[in-house]
Amino acid sequence: MESALLPEVGQGGPMVPERFRVSGRRQETADTWTLELEPADRDGGLPFHPGQFTMLYAFGAGEVPISISGDPAAPGRLVHTVRAVGAVSAAVCRTEPGQILGVRGPFGSHWPVAGAAGRDIVIVAGGIGLAPLRPVVHEVLNARERFGRALLLYGGREPEQLLYEAEFAGWRERGLDVSVIVDIAAAGWHGRVGVVPTLIERASFDADGAFAFLCGPEAMIRFSAESLIDRGVAPGRVHVSMERNMKCAVGHCGHCQLGPEFVCRDGPVFTFERMRSAFALREV
Amino acid sequence: MKTIDALLAEVPTFRGLSPPQLQLIAGCATNVRAKAGEHLFKEGEGADVFYVIRHGAVALELHIPARDAVTLDTLHDGDLLGWSWLFPPYRWEFDGRAQADTALIRFDGACLRGKCDSDHELGYELMTRFAQVIIARLQATRLRLLDVYGVGAPA
Repeated sequence: MESALLPEVGQGGPMVPERFRVSGRRQETADTWTLELEPADRDGGLPFHPGQFTMLYAFGAGEVPISISGDPAAPGRLVHTVRAVGAVSAAVCRTEPGQILGVRGPFGSHWPVAGAAGRDIVIVAGGIGLAPLRPVVHEVLNARERFGRALLLYGGREPEQLLYEAEFAGWRERGLDVSVIVDIAAAGWHGRVGVVPTLIERASFDADGAFAFLCGPEAMIRFSAESLIDRGVAPGRVHVSMERNMKCAVGHCGHCQLGPEFVCRDGPVFTFERMRSAFALREV
Repeated sequence: MKTIDALLAEVPTFRGLSPPQLQLIAGCATNVRAKAGEHLFKEGEGADVFYVIRHGAVALELHIPARDAVTLDTLHDGDLLGWSWLFPPYRWEFDGRAQADTALIRFDGACLRGKCDSDHELGYELMTRFAQVIIARLQATRLRLLDVYGVGAPA
């Protein structure tokens, strides 16, 4: 696992939000929006590694941890895809271009994409879990020749809730094998219906040496990780992004503690080998 | 061109059966094709056959009064399609419609039930293999019942 990075660019330290102006806003699905942000009081952007998150502060509403979903090679635009599931995330989603959000970060560990050079890469995403993995897609496609086969196996509830669908054709042209599956669909849908582990069973990759990156609902992560291991991928090369109630983002408050780990500081990206027992704990 | 028993030897469900067993099963099978959009069977019809998909895709659909039809599952290369032929009342529970031009192996259910009745070893082998398919689809259905992509999914 690559070490956690504490923020370098926050102007007042990791606990002080910096003002960012919303420069773009796009609706992805009925309850999900993608926002582009730029620093309001300085030039430059916010360098980050794939898998890291920021704390987004909607003034007057509160602060939420949101994974960065943009291209690490273009840090000038801070991109977040946010699902409106609570009061604060809904306030973030309502933010219009020109308005200000507070940003702390980036925080946390990251997907070890560089370590997968020369290997097959299997990206497994469920629902909005594709957002934290989109930077991995960018990083792999920006240096496509450095990797073996690259697959995206993406599951969603129904076709209308799939993220970034308009980008899939371009990703395929650049060498990403994209497979999509949904839980249920209207008759006439020409894609697959079923569960993500079904895609894993059928996917064509060299399990011996492959790196897998998983993000989505924890039930999906657990079943998918076990399917990958059944295929022969080593648990230490299966990486998962965990979500917990992150508040301070720097490992002080303890809200996101999961066994011996603080998800905000030690994660959110862990090896499945390290997290496997936590998935079986009924108390957490 | 491969014989049907040679094709069956490559199907995951039948992998490992002995050559005589494969030949017995192949005696109840024929190659068929379905065009994209064509129904292989419809809910309520007699289920006297089942299929193995060689190439293509088939959607299992359910029509709900006053609502649009829904696709409950899709099946693809190598998948087994249909187990209603195994048990009375031998009736399809859903529609089966080809999503694309699809090549299949079709089995006569009554023919195969007769062979299983007279060869219990074959019957046990087939029942075990069908049970594995049914369990895998039951587990997948249970996972979907969790509605894991509903509210509460990670942000």
